[in-house]
Amino acid sequence: MPDSKLDLLQGTLDIMVLQTLATMGAQHGYGIARRIEQVSGDEVLLNQGTIYASLVRLQQRGWISATWGTSDNNRKAKYYSITKSGRKQLAKDAAHWHRLSSVVDRVLAMPAEGEV
Amino acid sequence: MGAIREAVNRVRSFLGNPERDAELDAEMAAHLELAIEENMQRGMTQQEARRQALIRFGGVEQAKEKHREARGLMTLDILLQDLKYTFRTLGRERGFTAVAVLILALGIGANIAVFSVVNTLLLRPLPFADAGQLVWIAPPPQKCGLSCATYSTDAYDQFRTHTHSFQDVTGYFAFSGTDNLSLSLGGAPIPATSIDVIANFFQVLGVQPAMGRAFTADDARDGAAPVVLLADAWWRRQFGADPAIVGKAFDMNGKQTTVIGVLPKSFDFGAAFSPGVKIDAITPLDLYGPPRDWGNIITMIGRLKPGVSLVQAQGDSKAASQTMCWNFKYPKSCGDYKDHVVPVPLKDYVGGKLRRSLVVLWCAVGAILLIACVNLSNLMLARATARSKEFAMRGALGASRGRIVRQLLTESLVLSGAGAVLGLGLAGILVAWLAHQGAIALPLLTTLHIDGAALGWTVLIAVFAAVFFGLLPGLKISGGNLQEALKDCGTGTSQSRRHERLRAVLVVTEVAMACVLLVGAGLLLRSFMKVLDVDLGFQPDRAAAVKVDYDDTASARDPRGEMVAARRASILQPILTRVSAIPGVQAAGFVDYLPLGQNRAWGMPVPKGRNRDEFKDATGPLVYVISPGYVHAMGTRLRGRDFTWADGPKSEQVVLINEGMAHFFWPNDNAVGKILSNGDQDLRVVGVVGDVHEESVEGAAGWQIYYPMTQAGPNGAELVVRTTLEPASLAGSVMAALRELNPKQTAAEFRPIKALVSHAVSPRRFFMLLVGAFAVLGLLLASLGIYGVISYSVTQRTQEIGIRMALGSTQRQVQLIVLGNALRLVVVGIAVGTLGSLLIARAIASLLYGTTPTDPATFACMVLLLGTVALVAGYLPARRASRINPMVALRNN
Repeated sequence: MPDSKLDLLQGTLDIMVLQTLATMGAQHGYGIARRIEQVSGDEVLLNQGTIYASLVRLQQRGWISATWGTSDNNRKAKYYSITKSGRKQLAKDAAHWHRLSSVVDRVLAMPAEGEV
Repeated sequence: MGAIREAVNRVRSFLGNPERDAELDAEMAAHLELAIEENMQRGMTQQEARRQALIRFGGVEQAKEKHREARGLMTLDILLQDLKYTFRTLGRERGFTAVAVLILALGIGANIAVFSVVNTLLLRPLPFADAGQLVWIAPPPQKCGLSCATYSTDAYDQFRTHTHSFQDVTGYFAFSGTDNLSLSLGGAPIPATSIDVIANFFQVLGVQPAMGRAFTADDARDGAAPVVLLADAWWRRQFGADPAIVGKAFDMNGKQTTVIGVLPKSFDFGAAFSPGVKIDAITPLDLYGPPRDWGNIITMIGRLKPGVSLVQAQGDSKAASQTMCWNFKYPKSCGDYKDHVVPVPLKDYVGGKLRRSLVVLWCAVGAILLIACVNLSNLMLARATARSKEFAMRGALGASRGRIVRQLLTESLVLSGAGAVLGLGLAGILVAWLAHQGAIALPLLTTLHIDGAALGWTVLIAVFAAVFFGLLPGLKISGGNLQEALKDCGTGTSQSRRHERLRAVLVVTEVAMACVLLVGAGLLLRSFMKVLDVDLGFQPDRAAAVKVDYDDTASARDPRGEMVAARRASILQPILTRVSAIPGVQAAGFVDYLPLGQNRAWGMPVPKGRNRDEFKDATGPLVYVISPGYVHAMGTRLRGRDFTWADGPKSEQVVLINEGMAHFFWPNDNAVGKILSNGDQDLRVVGVVGDVHEESVEGAAGWQIYYPMTQAGPNGAELVVRTTLEPASLAGSVMAALRELNPKQTAAEFRPIKALVSHAVSPRRFFMLLVGAFAVLGLLLASLGIYGVISYSVTQRTQEIGIRMALGSTQRQVQLIVLGNALRLVVVGIAVGTLGSLLIARAIASLLYGTTPTDPATFACMVLLLGTVALVAGYLPARRASRINPMVALRNN
């Protein structure tokens, strides 16, 4: 079912958005999407449109805030920035992610039976 | 915290959806502009830059949808969308909507009304405080009428003191007749019906008067000042709801009687204890006065102590019954009630006899609802088939299967909701009408109303109906293959064939259920006709009765009642002479208890010279005290002679007995002229009369003995007249004669004897009519179903029919083909239905009278009726099919 895959993606996308905002400061949706693509070395192939569902979710949970502003080249755009509770959440999520990935790493590095 | 904030935000954005959408649009537009600009800076043409930006962005609509999903209340959003869409589609198809809502309203309305009846009679506790503790205390049923179902005052006192399971025991005087109270406000006395109760009656039932106070022990003392409690209805009708009535005194039965209170509207003595009779007033029973020697007169009701089980109470009562005395003056009568005192829940006594009828009624309306649902399922399926392309299109655009089923369910919920609202209105009218049918002898009917439980039931069946008729077509449609549906032109491809089969199954179900309903109703109808045909032992047509109040109290000491009897004769004889002389009156006579009403027994007379012990197991005959002429006035057969006024207090004691009793005592001999002995008196049988159905129309006739009014004391008097014209046309002249000769005459009602019979059979008629109405409704719905399916298939096969006709089929042949289709459905339906009917008929066998559950005539008639109606329903579309113009049919798709 595509739904369950989406759930996993949602969580990852949320943490990437938070991290991007934490390091870059206020940024608009396009900027965030581009940044994630660049940092990942274009390995994350993301439909940029899906970022808006993530943004509204984070905003409703109070982890990011948004204001309309003007871009460098004078375009009106909505700028998002991370809030205090957003930073806390990011720290929590990052720790969780690290734990999870290290466990998965260890499991994957497990030698086959008889090799020891 | 985050979760709460999110929930609040979701609700906020749900409410502000349009603004949020506009903002999102602006944001996404900005996103694309930024992307295009960057792409152009990299040297792309504007067109290419735009293309690339859109590719990277992904589906705009999907992104928006996801955004909405993440921010708002998607479920509610979809519901609103579905509702909007539903109202639009239903509004466009007004005909379909009207038919669907009407069908549902009839089905649901019938269900609510019957539920209200069942709820009132069976489910809801009786309208008394802690009604579960109340028990009815009576002997097991016997043949000798009320006298064998009641207790003496001594027995009551003993029972009350010797048992320990009861908080208290009360009772009422079981032998009060109608119109036994005459209220004089100046002018002609006004007749009313009162009942004597033991002083603690209202305390035991837990009923508080709405005004004033209930009885106290003092009110029932011998020689206490007369007091009365008024029923709410009588207080309103007769006393204009006078708020200051408590404490006022009125002339009732010649005594200044003080009104001490008004009973609450919720308390209706008749509704609970004597269905079909309205009780206007309640008076205290003087337990320690004359009633002491009246024998069995009290009907007992007890309230169990908390925590005492029915079984315990029954054991306790059985123990107490061993020593209960009929009358302390006769020590031999102690033990007369051995094992004849059995408490049963009051609820069972009041409604228990109707349980089976009510269950049948409930099943009948259940069947109606099912037929209605099947019908609608069919209609929805026809619509859904017509809309299959629409659904396929929506599927192709990305709607999931669940989403489409949801849409269909929303539609069916809206339809059934509308049906339920309309049905509730219909049920309200029906229930209000039933509650005012005071003449139907069903308990608690007057307390009938639509309550919270009925509303809950409505919601339940509306949802059930919606799911039932909405889900099946929904699954059927959304389960189809998209491609096939898009290609399917609706003629002859596998998809529509499959739907047609499903629709055929639905119609067969409908016909089968209608068949079961019709056969059930037919059997009940035939039973009812058999009941009306019963030889009652009297001729109810062209006879009427009116209550006559008179004063025969003697001034001097009169131990043997001779002076009273003489005085009674001197009052009653002139009345009979005068009334008999009225043109149109064939015969007239007095009786104290009319048949099918109250009755009493005075023990067992046996043929003189035979041992009483021979007849220990037989129960005594019911006693009627009559005047000369009564037997003729009732139209009862008579062998031997009638009483005459010469059978006076000082002449030989004479009696009439019925054929059953005569045959029992003298099986091979003529009873006329024989002598019976009731212990201390000889009674000469001067005539034998036909067996009268004294207790019920349906039950077998028991034994009756008739005494002349000049030799025994009657309990009141009813004047019965037999007329050559309709009795009502003589009411005026008879009443005028009574008023002229009898100063105590009240403005009593002139009641046709036919009404007594119709009152007695009213529960059966009530159930028969309801089941019959439901059967007709089922028949209509089923034929509507057949009509729908056949005419739908005609529409679907227009082209085929056109080709057939172009190739030379005659109109007749086309009609036969279509009719053949209908016939197949009907035959299968009737076959299944007949089998079902055989099962159902066995289940209702105990409700039938003089009719076997497999009565071939009923089955044949009902099957014929159903078949005919079904064929007419199939013929109409067949005729339309045969009128198809082949040219037009072939040109159109």
